[in-house]
Amino acid sequence: MRKLAQLLQQGEVSSTEIVQNYLDRIAQEEGRINAFITVDKEGALAEAAASDARRKQGEPLSPWDGIPIAVKDNICTLGVRTTCGSRMLENYVPPFDAAVVTLLKRAGLPILGKTNLDEFAMGSSTEYSAFKAVRNPHDESRVPGGSSGGSAAAVAVGEAPWALGTDTGGSIRQPAAFCGVVGLKPTYGRVSRYGLVALAPSLDQIGPIARNVGDAAVLFSLIAGPDSRDATSSSQASFRLQLEDEPFPKGLKIGVPEEYFGEGLSSEVRQAVENALSQLEALGAVLVPISLETNVYAIDTYLTIAAAEASSSLARYDGVRYGMRVEAHDTNTMFEKTRGRGFGSEVKRRIMLGTYVLSASHYEAYYEQAQRVRTLINQEVQRAFEEVDLVITPTTPTTAFRIGEKRNSLEMYLSDLYTAMANLTGIPALSMPCGLDSQGLPIGLQIMGSHFQENVVFQVAYWLENALKGGSLSNG
Amino acid sequence: MGKYETVIGLEIHVALLTKSKFLCTCSTEFGAPPNSHCCPICLGLPGSLPIVNEKAVEYGVRAGLALNCQINSYSKFDRKNYFYPDLPKAYQITQEAFPLCGPGYVDYYYNGELTRTKINRIHLEEEAGKLVHSGESIVHSEYSLVDYNRAGIPLIEIVTAPDISHPEQARVFLEQLRLILDYVGVSDCKMEEGSLRCDANISLRPVGSQTMGTKVEIKNLNSFRALERALEYEVRRQEAVLKQQGQIGQETRTWDERSGKTFSMRSKADAPDYRYFPEPDLPPLELKKAWIEDIKDSLPELPLERLHRLMEQYGLSHYEASFFVNYPDFNEMLEETAAIFPNVKMITNWLMGDYSRLAREQGHISPKMMAGLLEIVDQEIISNNQGKDVLEEMFATGKAALTIVDEQGLRMVSDEDALQRVIGEVLAENESLVERFISGETRLFGFFIGQVMRKTQGKANPEVVNELLKTALNSRRI
Ligand SMILES: [Zn+2]
Repeated sequence: MRKLAQLLQQGEVSSTEIVQNYLDRIAQEEGRINAFITVDKEGALAEAAASDARRKQGEPLSPWDGIPIAVKDNICTLGVRTTCGSRMLENYVPPFDAAVVTLLKRAGLPILGKTNLDEFAMGSSTEYSAFKAVRNPHDESRVPGGSSGGSAAAVAVGEAPWALGTDTGGSIRQPAAFCGVVGLKPTYGRVSRYGLVALAPSLDQIGPIARNVGDAAVLFSLIAGPDSRDATSSSQASFRLQLEDEPFPKGLKIGVPEEYFGEGLSSEVRQAVENALSQLEALGAVLVPISLETNVYAIDTYLTIAAAEASSSLARYDGVRYGMRVEAHDTNTMFEKTRGRGFGSEVKRRIMLGTYVLSASHYEAYYEQAQRVRTLINQEVQRAFEEVDLVITPTTPTTAFRIGEKRNSLEMYLSDLYTAMANLTGIPALSMPCGLDSQGLPIGLQIMGSHFQENVVFQVAYWLENALKGGSLSNG
Repeated sequence: MGKYETVIGLEIHVALLTKSKFLCTCSTEFGAPPNSHCCPICLGLPGSLPIVNEKAVEYGVRAGLALNCQINSYSKFDRKNYFYPDLPKAYQITQEAFPLCGPGYVDYYYNGELTRTKINRIHLEEEAGKLVHSGESIVHSEYSLVDYNRAGIPLIEIVTAPDISHPEQARVFLEQLRLILDYVGVSDCKMEEGSLRCDANISLRPVGSQTMGTKVEIKNLNSFRALERALEYEVRRQEAVLKQQGQIGQETRTWDERSGKTFSMRSKADAPDYRYFPEPDLPPLELKKAWIEDIKDSLPELPLERLHRLMEQYGLSHYEASFFVNYPDFNEMLEETAAIFPNVKMITNWLMGDYSRLAREQGHISPKMMAGLLEIVDQEIISNNQGKDVLEEMFATGKAALTIVDEQGLRMVSDEDALQRVIGEVLAENESLVERFISGETRLFGFFIGQVMRKTQGKANPEVVNELLKTALNSRRI
């Protein structure tokens, strides 16, 4: 991306040419990948022309002015429909931009379009999109992961240089791992959620998806920072990092939790991650075996809390003000019919689950219990980061599975086994490629840091990326 | 069958007078065109997020302090989930588990006795929109429209202890509460505009019983009178049921103003499960002690303090003091006039008399003008009755009392020689009546007074005339 920025700066290439290039690529690949729900060709070209005009005046908005981006379709874009992958919002056009979209526009980034996702970001394969399933560019018979499968696949196949995703239980990292790209779930509160259509507000974060660590860090720096419109946004300073200038932090302690390397982990994934760990050791890191016992409860806890919050956050889709409405003779029937027809089965399943765990007679046994466990998980993670600087694990137990392979919701939920903990605790977590399995499918490695330590996460990821490029794994 | 005693508790919703809404920056102005004060946040559009208006918190704390409540330095927001077209997010942001204010109380006079009603809690929440039905109610309408101007206006819900034992007491308490909130400026408390709403819980139990009876909740109480009438009706209804050995069902009933009855809305079994849980979009409210102290220091004199002070400082009766407590504008008039003109008894009589009618119609005149009038009445430059006419004239023209008196030549005649002459004329013109007076028809005295007043165009000082006439008539006897 730096190179592209340089070319733009030198006038070697125009934004219009770049955007047109990506639009051509989209036209070429979409038939096979299904990464986009909406391609905003006109909007992107208009923005590109405006960017070129700014460059000509010598007044670019940022070094990245003119480099386009794709945005997940649960992030509001003024005047461009935002469907959340749902029939419910099939024709919904937001009257405002999400805070992150405003920031992208302020940096001069044309938006290519809105990427496909599991309906309302509920899923781990992007098969639950109400419109079409996204295919993994590495193997079209396989899923790209989810719910940010559209964003990850678009970046992997070159339909967009980078993209925004959202992550509630692993929705950026798992597709990044399956598609062989880099994805970050930032610290909770570091990126404004204003304009992100809520799934589970206490877990949701918007984050970057890019082809390499450096690009992900740049995109993260564009969207991070406090926002007065999001009460959960942190006042922590924005993120700035010059990766190339920083040496590898020798003596850095990397925690390796045994629970993440146990049963269910494919041997090829284990091998690739262990190999990466030894590369880091060679760079000067100290590997520390640690234990994160509470992770066994992470999935159940995550599901309970996410479903509870989702059941409430999605209650507003009642047909009264916007979105789909199925007419009926009385309001209750209208609510029922609208929601019955507007939502897909996974969304309904989670709404029912959430309604159940919040109901007066089950609240204590489920929701309150989940909050108690969340506190325990938090305490354990906090203790771990008193001992180590980072924690490294596989991102997913396996590489990308086949479309239709996981018929059972519970199986699907297990995709988030290694990722949900970061959402429950709010810590930053990055997934990056660390090799390919025997079928040529990308393997993801997850780096977790303590709150607001994205700089350390990126630094180590950057050095590891370099090391892996020189190593045998890149030939996998 | 023994006697029953009544146990009443109230839940009061009060709209706060902030300029902008609770969780967005839309205006709270009343009466604007439908859906003109709306934004993505108060419409609950996808992706919008709430931000707490600090002013609403301040007003909540202000109300809490005025009601002697404990102010919680830590409180939290919850979601109350239910589907209704006027509720944009299909949940209401409220405070369930950790309210803004804890226990407090209101002291007030009921039946001449100082009475205390305890407050359990006060919490902040957002208002819903307003449904406009094409028919009489949502079920009897072709269609209904929703106005979201009201959606998101900050409310406080005040919950009393079941401390009230009579329907009338409930009304008196609510009136006192309204007055307190008006004094501290957090709400205009207009029941007719819905900025003050009250639901009542009522149960009956045998006198002396320690256990509570089954409580019934009454909704749709749109006026102070409705509150009292509905409770009175409910006491009679429940008494009748109990006397026939029946059971009171735990239910919600609605008051129907026209028939003067309550009707069942839903039983306990149909009570909704609101699935409360902590609002993830809002961090807890953490209030600094110094901030709370500042608010406390800014509180004005409250109604009960004022009542006691007016009685003590000016020697007003309880009845008089209550008048001025209930009408703060009249109280201001009283105290400012008293600062210029010290006869408080006289000011009180005038302000509670003719003046109150005129001021209600036309607004107050200045205390200085009022004092000017009272001074010339007090100095007998004009009579009390003339004063009333002058007051009307003051309201009509805005002129000072003395100016009006001079312009209209109203100065009273107290010159004894002049009045003596007039009295002589009157008696000479009515010799036969004078004879009758002397022979015992004393009621004719009034007639002579009237004649004197007529001859002086009402300007004669009645007291002086009185004295002189008595002397003149007495001198004729023998
Ligand atoms: Zn608003």
